[in-house]
Amino acid sequence: MSRKNKITASLGQLLIPLVALTILIVFNLIRDPNFFSIGMRINNAGNAVLTGNLISVIDSASELAIIAMGMTLVTAATGGQDISVGAVAAISGAIFVKVLQGMGAITGSTVFVALIACILGTILFKLFNGTLVAVFHIQPMIATLILYSCGRSIAYWINGDATPQLDSPIINSIGKTIPGIPIPTPIFAVILVGLFLFLIFKFTSLRLYTQSVGINEGAARLNGINPTFIKLLTFALLGVCVAVAAVIGVSRLGQLNHKTLLADIEMDAILAVAIGGNSLGGGNYKLSGSILGAYIIQMLTTTLYAMNVAPVNVKAYKAIVIIIIVVAGSPVVKEAITKMIRNMKTGAAKKGVA
Amino acid sequence: MEDGIVLTMRGISKSFPGVRALNEVDFTLRKGEIHALMGENGAGKSTLIKVLTGVYPMDEGEICLDGHDGAVSIHSPQDAQNLGISTVYQEITLCPNLTVAENMFIGRTADKLVHWKDYERRAAEILDNLGIPARPNQELSRCSLAVQQMVAIARAVDMNCKVLILDEPTSSLDDKEVAMLFGLMRDLKSRGVGIVFVTHFLEQVYEVSDRITVLRNGELVGEFKVEDLPQVQLVAQMMGKSLDDLAELEHIGHKTGAGGECVYGAQQLSSSECRPFDFQIHKGEVNGFTGLLGSGRSESVRAIFGADHVTGGKVQVDGKDVHITKPHDAMMNGIGYLPEDRKRDGIIADLSVRDNIILALQVIQGMNHPISKAKAEAFADEYIEALQIKTASKDTPIKSLSGGNQQKVILARWLLTHPQYLILDEPTRGIDVGTKLEIQKLVLKLAEEGMSITFISSEIEEMLRTCSRLIVMRDRKIVGELTGEDLTEAQVMKTIAGGTEV
Amino acid sequence: MNTNEKTRTLRQREPLTDTQTLLFISIGIFLAMYIGAILLLGGGFTKPQMFFDLLNDNAALIIISCALTVVMIGAGINISVGGVIGLTVMACAIFLNNTQIESTGQAVFMTLLLALGIGLVFGIWQGFLVAYLDIQPFIVTLAGMFLARGLTTILSVNPVKVSHEGFLAFVKLKVKISWLGYVAQNGNLIPAKIEIGAIVAVATVIIMFLVLRYTRFGRSIYAIGGNRQSALMLGINVRRSVFWSYVLSGLLSGLAGFVFLMHKPAGNASVAMRGEMDAIAASIIGGTLLTGGVGNVIGSFFGAMILATIQKIIALSPLDASWWQDMASGAMLAFFIVLQSIVLMRKNAAFKKKAQQTGGTPQKSDTEKKEGTS
Repeated sequence: MSRKNKITASLGQLLIPLVALTILIVFNLIRDPNFFSIGMRINNAGNAVLTGNLISVIDSASELAIIAMGMTLVTAATGGQDISVGAVAAISGAIFVKVLQGMGAITGSTVFVALIACILGTILFKLFNGTLVAVFHIQPMIATLILYSCGRSIAYWINGDATPQLDSPIINSIGKTIPGIPIPTPIFAVILVGLFLFLIFKFTSLRLYTQSVGINEGAARLNGINPTFIKLLTFALLGVCVAVAAVIGVSRLGQLNHKTLLADIEMDAILAVAIGGNSLGGGNYKLSGSILGAYIIQMLTTTLYAMNVAPVNVKAYKAIVIIIIVVAGSPVVKEAITKMIRNMKTGAAKKGVA
Repeated sequence: MEDGIVLTMRGISKSFPGVRALNEVDFTLRKGEIHALMGENGAGKSTLIKVLTGVYPMDEGEICLDGHDGAVSIHSPQDAQNLGISTVYQEITLCPNLTVAENMFIGRTADKLVHWKDYERRAAEILDNLGIPARPNQELSRCSLAVQQMVAIARAVDMNCKVLILDEPTSSLDDKEVAMLFGLMRDLKSRGVGIVFVTHFLEQVYEVSDRITVLRNGELVGEFKVEDLPQVQLVAQMMGKSLDDLAELEHIGHKTGAGGECVYGAQQLSSSECRPFDFQIHKGEVNGFTGLLGSGRSESVRAIFGADHVTGGKVQVDGKDVHITKPHDAMMNGIGYLPEDRKRDGIIADLSVRDNIILALQVIQGMNHPISKAKAEAFADEYIEALQIKTASKDTPIKSLSGGNQQKVILARWLLTHPQYLILDEPTRGIDVGTKLEIQKLVLKLAEEGMSITFISSEIEEMLRTCSRLIVMRDRKIVGELTGEDLTEAQVMKTIAGGTEV
Repeated sequence: MNTNEKTRTLRQREPLTDTQTLLFISIGIFLAMYIGAILLLGGGFTKPQMFFDLLNDNAALIIISCALTVVMIGAGINISVGGVIGLTVMACAIFLNNTQIESTGQAVFMTLLLALGIGLVFGIWQGFLVAYLDIQPFIVTLAGMFLARGLTTILSVNPVKVSHEGFLAFVKLKVKISWLGYVAQNGNLIPAKIEIGAIVAVATVIIMFLVLRYTRFGRSIYAIGGNRQSALMLGINVRRSVFWSYVLSGLLSGLAGFVFLMHKPAGNASVAMRGEMDAIAASIIGGTLLTGGVGNVIGSFFGAMILATIQKIIALSPLDASWWQDMASGAMLAFFIVLQSIVLMRKNAAFKKKAQQTGGTPQKSDTEKKEGTS
């Protein structure tokens, strides 16, 4: 009994997203029993790759899932959200392309160097946001509004050209699949970033630190924690996430479009954090919730496409589902449901006695 | 309703998940009396008041008011206000960004429009009448805490209330302001207002109250006239046990004293909040900083811990020169600090009891050496047991514990780091008598084991009982140091008042 | 003597409140910028018409800035305003093209009703979710933005140009002020022209200022933004006030949509794209804090005008507009944010110091007495 309680308690936050995901899956299965069937197909390059809606959902949600992880950390430590991730991703993409093209040939090592340069550059931009937040005590949303409004222009300025092309098998392996491995590479990137963060949490007490800072900054400081450093650190980690997501996004298309690269991803990322049951006010958090949230959003989008909803109209239906999820997860509704269940239980118990 | 009775609450019960906060409690308030509501933390005082003011709905019971037939129903603070029940809470419940006048009138009228001139004129009259040093068009955040508190009272008073509830109104006031408040309370009493007075200060109860209702563990213990209930018995009623503990403490006090090597020393230490001062403490010594609120006692210990911006001075720990400019430095030098404002600076509200306990130790070990979950559980178990912390589990968020138990968790946090020098700033404020005694005993025990402790309390008695040396402060300066024979209440008062200054 | 002293303390000038300080900064910067533009760029900026053009072009932005300021003062946020404008414009354009109503007055009236109705519906459901179900406003209004944008494209993916003669005639109505006009090269006097939308925007600012300053609702919103818990304890109906702030915000968004349609009578999926962010920027530049309790619609008006002026200056200069306009808005925002943070920090520090010099907080009078006698 107590064990069962423990499991439900740890599930608590994830309950609603899990239910939402299940409903989406069941809905799709009823609509089309073959919706989740996975097949093999030979792609243009002659490699065998897995295909199917499920693969497509998991694959396309990669950038979102990666950024949602970073967003969760920033949300936890600062109690606010970074709305510049999409715009900064454009900058990251621009840095990646610029460095890569600057070195001439696209080889394994040049891609690696470009990736490192891109990560470092992105961290710098994120530290700009972080400094405004941590040092000048500016609300994160406001502080990041700056790069939100001019980030894509900076990306344009870095590269001059509007849509530089990258044509190389290596880029294809990053954005699509590695020859011989049928699973899309971006999925591995999600696992890699997740593992990276998992190891950080495992071997440091960053989790306790970020939560403490997010819940009560003053008390955290009096216990020897440096809130400024922790906030900057979460922004730097978000920077790593954004850079990786940007490289995947650029590689997927084989080109950089500074206007459309990961456009509007900030909204989806914040949504993923919230759908995952995390408070946008900071403090306690579950990374798994945010990742789940990202896949729910993508599953929803894919479902809508499968139902022949035009891409431009998807937003409206998405909004309705989001509203249903957040209403179901709202404290007021939750309380009302618990009360109802309790009443039913006591009612049943009374009947039993009678 | 009987003549002269303004309020009766009968058979009030209220449960929260897992706790029965009130169990069939009765309470009667007469016209023109000051009625103290006493009880330890968790006794149900706050819940009773929140039921009365419509913050919580009650599960059972009825509330009757003079002038209303039958039971009244109170569903919100507004309902309570409309029925003539006004409350001044312990925490200031005004809006810092509004003006003083606005804070006094907002939310009171059904008027759709705001008449600023009218507000300011009436506010000026009331403030003047009550002698409150605030200007009507002053932004509230620009007033001191004490003045803010008085504005809250002025608001309540002006609402023509029949029942005025004062929930710990004196905890942020100094003696002069307390006297002023008492004057105000007596004035209202003579006008026929029934006043419910909740406080932890026993002396104040006897100074101003007519009747006392005692609650314990959510149950009514009884209603007494003040003259029928001596202070000792009141404490006994509240705690449900005898006062032998107190006597025992009287004996062990003073035994601990200076003599060991100097653990911490500072010369001309100053911070952005306090003037330069000298200070040292020896092994196994309990010393205290005393002085009125705002005298600089808290600011001084904050400077020692590096909590404020340190601006100068030399510091030695164990005879070695060290730099302490931020809390982390102090912690690495074996200094612990339990802050004055538990809610604001102490607890991490949403974190579990376990995480709150291990926090400081974790920081000392460093971010790269996390305490394993098993170890954390063990530490938490150990201290929950040792300090008798009442919590549902280690995973319970600390915010759902009572004030006294929260304080014990913070204490556990610092004890776990095994500091050689522990600073306790008001560790007993706002917590019940039983826990107060436990904490005082613990302080003496720790000192005997060799820990140096600085103890600050607003209650001089408490400090005389525990400290072997008292540093007296006034106007942010040290004005005296008392030891041995001089450790009497009279001498402390004299020093605070300026008797020893040449 | 005693009474004299009292009246003096009463009349004593209060230090500026945070709201006032930030407001004065933004007004000052707007004036400096505008005068700088007149002196350095000359040309169009010397004519009053330039100022009116800024108003004409940015009427909708000014209105949604007010919409945002109201919810931001109450410590909320509304990022659906741009989307609601887009939806309103599209819906009204389609309505006008399909209506049988011939008369100008009736058509305009019905369109206005439709616009306000759409805004009202968005305000009501968003307000309900935020106020009564305690859902985070960012998420609610984000969903609102998605919904509005999605509905816009469901109505029509292609741009819809208004072809209703009566409405187009109404749109051309402008207030002409000849003495503020100028003489063109061919010798004709060209009077200054003010669009109805601009007048509506300015009226909105004034009305919203009065609402926030002199109504119970307005003061409740400030109180809630200052400290929600306290506001509740002070007897303010917090949920109802928050609800109405979102309703008002939605209504203003609908009005902004109507004003937008009057300025550019065509529906388009990208109408007012990112309008919410511009409005937030305008509110912030005008001195509204996202944390709530501090802010003023007059400031937001100047915030919007500052943004508009920068855009205009860049458009008139030989710089690459699309790039520089974004950069300039970003830089301006960064400048204001840091400036505000520094000003507020310094002001608070100064206040703290002053309190300390007079002997700490509670025993002020005590200390003064002692210092006086020693």
